[in-house]
Amino acid sequence: MKILVCMKQVPDTQKVKMDPVKNTLIRKGVPSITNPFDESGLECALEIRESAGGEISVLSMGIPDSECILRDALSLGADRAFLLTDRAFAGADTLATSYTLSMAIKKIGPFDLLVFGKQAIDGDTGQVGPGVASILEYPVITFVTGVHAIQRDRIVVERMVDSGREIVSSGYPVVLTVVKAKKRLRMPRLTTIIDSFEKRVVRLGADDIEAESARCGLKGSPTRVKKVFSPKKHARVRYIEGNAAEQAKALVGVFRGKGIIP
Amino acid sequence: MDTSDIWVLVEKRNGSAHPVSLELLTMGRELAGGLGGELVAVIFGKSSEGLMRLVEQYGARRVFEIEMDPRLAVSPEAMAEAFCMAVSELRPSVVLAGATAFGRTLMPLIAVRLRTGLTADCTELEIDTDRKLLLQTRPAFGGNILATIECPDSKPQMATVRPHVFRMGKVSSPPRALRTRKVYRPVLRRMTELVESIVEREKADITEADIIVSGGRGLGKPEGFTLLNRLAEKLGGMTAASRGAVDLGWYSSAFQVGQTGHTVSPKLYIACGISGAVQHVVGMKSAETIIAINEDPDAPIFQISDYGIVGDLYEVIPALLEEIGDGEKY
Repeated sequence: MKILVCMKQVPDTQKVKMDPVKNTLIRKGVPSITNPFDESGLECALEIRESAGGEISVLSMGIPDSECILRDALSLGADRAFLLTDRAFAGADTLATSYTLSMAIKKIGPFDLLVFGKQAIDGDTGQVGPGVASILEYPVITFVTGVHAIQRDRIVVERMVDSGREIVSSGYPVVLTVVKAKKRLRMPRLTTIIDSFEKRVVRLGADDIEAESARCGLKGSPTRVKKVFSPKKHARVRYIEGNAAEQAKALVGVFRGKGIIP
Repeated sequence: MDTSDIWVLVEKRNGSAHPVSLELLTMGRELAGGLGGELVAVIFGKSSEGLMRLVEQYGARRVFEIEMDPRLAVSPEAMAEAFCMAVSELRPSVVLAGATAFGRTLMPLIAVRLRTGLTADCTELEIDTDRKLLLQTRPAFGGNILATIECPDSKPQMATVRPHVFRMGKVSSPPRALRTRKVYRPVLRRMTELVESIVEREKADITEADIIVSGGRGLGKPEGFTLLNRLAEKLGGMTAASRGAVDLGWYSSAFQVGQTGHTVSPKLYIACGISGAVQHVVGMKSAETIIAINEDPDAPIFQISDYGIVGDLYEVIPALLEEIGDGEKY
């Protein structure tokens, strides 16, 4: 089974702070991390390899420094790692990113299983997994929460939908976007860390993947960000004091005021 | 020939329309006015008379039914192919869909096939009348910033919107909509197969609830949800849970709110025994009114709440039930 896990380095948006004076994001000093959903994707791939055997490749598109997330993946036991890095890729929206990743996959593949995280926590779109599936003409299963069975000719997974769950099966190749794996991403073992020292992260540029420059980066992005601004600041919380009965009365007043109860 | 039409992909739910589709039709009326085009409700498969009337009441001037082989009609790939064939023929300016599991899967498949732009989870949509463009505003960076995005050179301009972001409103004297349909035969190399659809409980979609009472680890025991259920019922809402409570097996993951659960945007969200970790907050911070009940005064949930009660939920909620008029004492 040949498995590919696509991963992205993102700023830790959960540690981002707002400048209280300028009312803008303070991006300096925000640590970079592996996108948490991609960690789940990697854990999912490692679990699948444990039960069905195979080889795991990891792929990322980013600045040269983002190679560290791929080294982390190697130290967890990934077999091969590829970093797409080139000025031509900068400024890509989800369409250009999907195109670039797809061209790389055509070069370093073929793969049976292509695993993406549900979304990146900076862009928050969730579009690249299905986008790559579209370009490669592979089926896609989104919001996967578990793998039920891995057979030679098909995989059976569980996904979450708004009103419950679905069990879906597909032949290979197939793209999965993962919400969570059975467990959180494991810790590396000393043996896998040592084994990974020999492995290189292979860097790929636009020429290496024969990508049309008009379809990469900013040039290949139909969407443009017109402006970025801060959401309205949340007003301070109003504490409701008193004993339980008094608090309850006050709450009912709030409910009435908002038309929640008559 | 490119048109100025606005297409709303109407999602079917229990024989009727998902509420988010009606919210989009309502917003779509304004957008169609700004662009000078028509508002079209696009439906996969046949729509019942009831559904036709419903989308008319929310302002659709045309209803376009995309018909295909029913065996293909459950595959997102096949639906995307058929939809693209329709778009290439009829050339709308804008395509909108709800950011539900259905919309969030289908819309990227369509956008990439058409090589056009898609903006997910928009919180605002408006028309730049000079340039005839859709301005799409959405949160990013976990909701820490807002970005306004446009797609100037490709058509259609595509966007998804989560439930409860826009309000729905009927048209006062809706004219009859023109009903058209076409059969498409998409050709696909590979498809997924839906083996089983397990709905946790009939009509139980937490993303549709207007009022949510939510419980976390701070409940201390699974029985706490019995109390929350009574409050939810009394208020006409639904009960939800944080990942902490779900992981402990206290409540079903179908009702989990947060980064690995659902994102909700109700009128009222009451967080009980929930500390307010970022992973939970991203799933509910756009609620109109947030009330937090927690014994820990330093719980981060209070930073994003409108009202806070530092106290024991096992005293506050029974008092609340009594005050509302529950009758029996807990």
